[in-house]
Amino acid sequence: MEAGTATRERRIARPEVALHGPPSEERGWLRWLTTTDHKKIGILYLFATFIFFILGGVEALIMRLQLSQPDNTLIDPETYNGLVTMHGTTMVFLFVVPVLAGFGNYFVPLMIGARDMAFPRLNALSFWLLLFGGIAFYTSVFFEPPQAGWTMYPPLSDDAFSAGGGVDAWIFLIHLTGISSIVGAINFIATIHNMRTRGMSWGRMPLFVWTILVYSYLLVVALPSVAAGVTMLLTDRHFGTGFFDPAAGGDPLLWQHLFWFFGHPEVYIMILPVFGMVSEILPVFARKPIFGYKAIAAATVAIAFLGLLVWAHHMFATPTPTVVLAFFMLSSFTIAVPTGIKIFNWIATLWRGQIVMKTPLYFAAALPGLFVIGGISGVILAIFPVDWYLHDTYFVVAHFHYVLFGGSVFGLFGGLYYWFPKMSGRLMSEALGKVSFWLMFVGFNVTFLVQHSIGLEGMPRRVYDYDESLGVGTYNLISTIGAFILGVGVLVTVVNVLLSLKRGQRAGNDPWQGNTLEWFTSSPPPPNNFDVVPRVRSVEPMKDIRREVAAAATPAETVAQPVAPRSL
Amino acid sequence: MAILIAAPPAFADALTPESGGSSNANDIDTLYKLTLYVGLVIFLLVEGTLIWSLVKYRARRGGRADQIRGNTPLEIGWTMGAAAILVVLTVVTFLYLDDIENPPASGPGGLSASQAQFASVDQPEPPKSGGPVLNIRVNGQQFIWRYDYPGEGQLFSYEEMVVPTNTTVVLKLEASDVIHSWWIPKFGPKADAVPGYVNETWFKVPKAGVYRGQCAELCGSGHADMRAKVVAVSPDKFQQWAQRKRDEIQAAGETLAKQRKQREQSGEGD
Repeated sequence: MEAGTATRERRIARPEVALHGPPSEERGWLRWLTTTDHKKIGILYLFATFIFFILGGVEALIMRLQLSQPDNTLIDPETYNGLVTMHGTTMVFLFVVPVLAGFGNYFVPLMIGARDMAFPRLNALSFWLLLFGGIAFYTSVFFEPPQAGWTMYPPLSDDAFSAGGGVDAWIFLIHLTGISSIVGAINFIATIHNMRTRGMSWGRMPLFVWTILVYSYLLVVALPSVAAGVTMLLTDRHFGTGFFDPAAGGDPLLWQHLFWFFGHPEVYIMILPVFGMVSEILPVFARKPIFGYKAIAAATVAIAFLGLLVWAHHMFATPTPTVVLAFFMLSSFTIAVPTGIKIFNWIATLWRGQIVMKTPLYFAAALPGLFVIGGISGVILAIFPVDWYLHDTYFVVAHFHYVLFGGSVFGLFGGLYYWFPKMSGRLMSEALGKVSFWLMFVGFNVTFLVQHSIGLEGMPRRVYDYDESLGVGTYNLISTIGAFILGVGVLVTVVNVLLSLKRGQRAGNDPWQGNTLEWFTSSPPPPNNFDVVPRVRSVEPMKDIRREVAAAATPAETVAQPVAPRSL
Repeated sequence: MAILIAAPPAFADALTPESGGSSNANDIDTLYKLTLYVGLVIFLLVEGTLIWSLVKYRARRGGRADQIRGNTPLEIGWTMGAAAILVVLTVVTFLYLDDIENPPASGPGGLSASQAQFASVDQPEPPKSGGPVLNIRVNGQQFIWRYDYPGEGQLFSYEEMVVPTNTTVVLKLEASDVIHSWWIPKFGPKADAVPGYVNETWFKVPKAGVYRGQCAELCGSGHADMRAKVVAVSPDKFQQWAQRKRDEIQAAGETLAKQRKQREQSGEGD
């Protein structure tokens, strides 16, 4: 017995120390297929979604070519409707939502001082589901792309009116990307709740992490609704049910409710993390703390909650009682308040700062400037008697592009320029970055500002041609020219990325004097992210570290970088 | 406010909705403009401060950024300010809502009760006192609109709807295949025609003329070509048109019946 205890003690005293180190990495392309590292998965997300972004952009340019003059015959109506559907679906489900998951994947663990996501394998699953969802959808190009619009309203999307397999490919996409997003969202929620480093209380969490958390909760709440909807559509199409078929006692408006109960929160899913990026970028480049941290975090939560209560403002022209319309007008109005708070806070963050004019700042500062236009047109559209006129016109197209391109895309380009050095270890070219910014900024406004007028003149959306008598030929030509300028601007950034990957200036750990923990580690970070994670004492841990380093005046003792060169 | 509404005409066309075809369109136009003016003020304020900050507060050698973390009174202030603007917009909207939504009585120059073939047909209860309201059933089909008029004997037409001026026309919208949306920009509101539902909208045209529009809800490959035309004529002309059209439809029906009988008699062996 004594011997037994002694053995046990010996075992305890001398545990077998197995210094395996990190498992040996696969080499070549195989390591990308098998990886469960959140950073590699993040890169995979960014790469795949940018490919889809280019595809969606090319679809848009073909449509703009067709619309550049009245009664154009470049493409036929079936092709046009296919392009409308592919463009919308691609940009929403295969670009904006997953590209944010990509940024979140890469940066949430780094920003909260964690070594990976909570469930690394689920994380890989999320990405592969997304990719195969996208591929399944795009195979429809080889038989018959769906033509019922990304909103896929039945009865048009029922088998009686869309017999081809395109709608089924779309349903497949919604399910695969939907599961991908839900799994990813649960992963983010688990990670953010449980894996924050010592000292990072809710009140010290970076605002980007706040917005990814809210994004995740919104996905979990909203996605089941569209998943149910598309399943019902699938059984309507193939198994004889009649959920949306009035002849069988069903109701086409049921689809619209299910779709928009998901579809409107989806808008906030697409914009909130970008708001988070802007809330990270502006203070860094203004050399000031974010103005009203708590207000911005609270506004994020408020927008998400209210965003669940506004879905029927997409349905103002349907046969719906006035009292319902009034409710959805008021709820939509309410959401303007927290959104306005954010815009005011960002401007106040710039106010009396020392603004360093780098490319990320250009994109991030453009967001409030462009988003406010989408916000104002949004309030106009929320007034349901006015929406009776504007609904389904180019005014709406202009509105949501100001929100989703002027907002989301400009913001996430800012994020790309901001975080590219961390991901690659190299800075992107400032000159190309600014050229890209100005081309995109001018191109974007030339494309979409004039579309307000096109809508006001009476041109509905989703039409492949229009009469000369409508008087919108010139406007449409202007818009088409703008779209190509915008396309060139995006291309410049693509070139910039490709050039900078190999030839960019070395970035070092912290090229911008950042505030958050991702700048504490090397660029690109090692597989385990951090050897040591500093204790977090405020919402700007890197600022604290720089201050301590400066005070101690012994920079050699720490892994943290001293204050970056003055040239910034 | 009157000055604001009478806005600079140069602005008017490209930046505001079409109007002039019906009073509800005019109300929508006014409501839109009021909101636009409020929006423009906010727009200028936001863009002005943003650009000012970006220009004025660029990094300078030796410059120091103010380490401001917030300002509670200011933040409460702009929250309340934003909310107050929305309350005002809500009140203004409800002031205009009744006139936009509910059909008024027909005007004095409209279809009179004595032109009785349309009076009160299909109409449980007049919206307000005054002349009769013309109810037209509109049916959206891939890719054409059908209009059914009330009264003795069949009266219908496709694509082109003829209506009397100064008469309130109430449309009952239905669809027989997929969802369509009825819209004549100069008349203001659009309304979806959803299978299984009856939607409603109205207009009242003061001036004779042709008003064009098209389907506003993606309905398939012919969506862009699903046009609608409303021809507004004086009530007398409208009566004549209606009578002629009824006669034509009846004659066509009789001809068809005659042809069928002939075929049955002569072609039994075929």
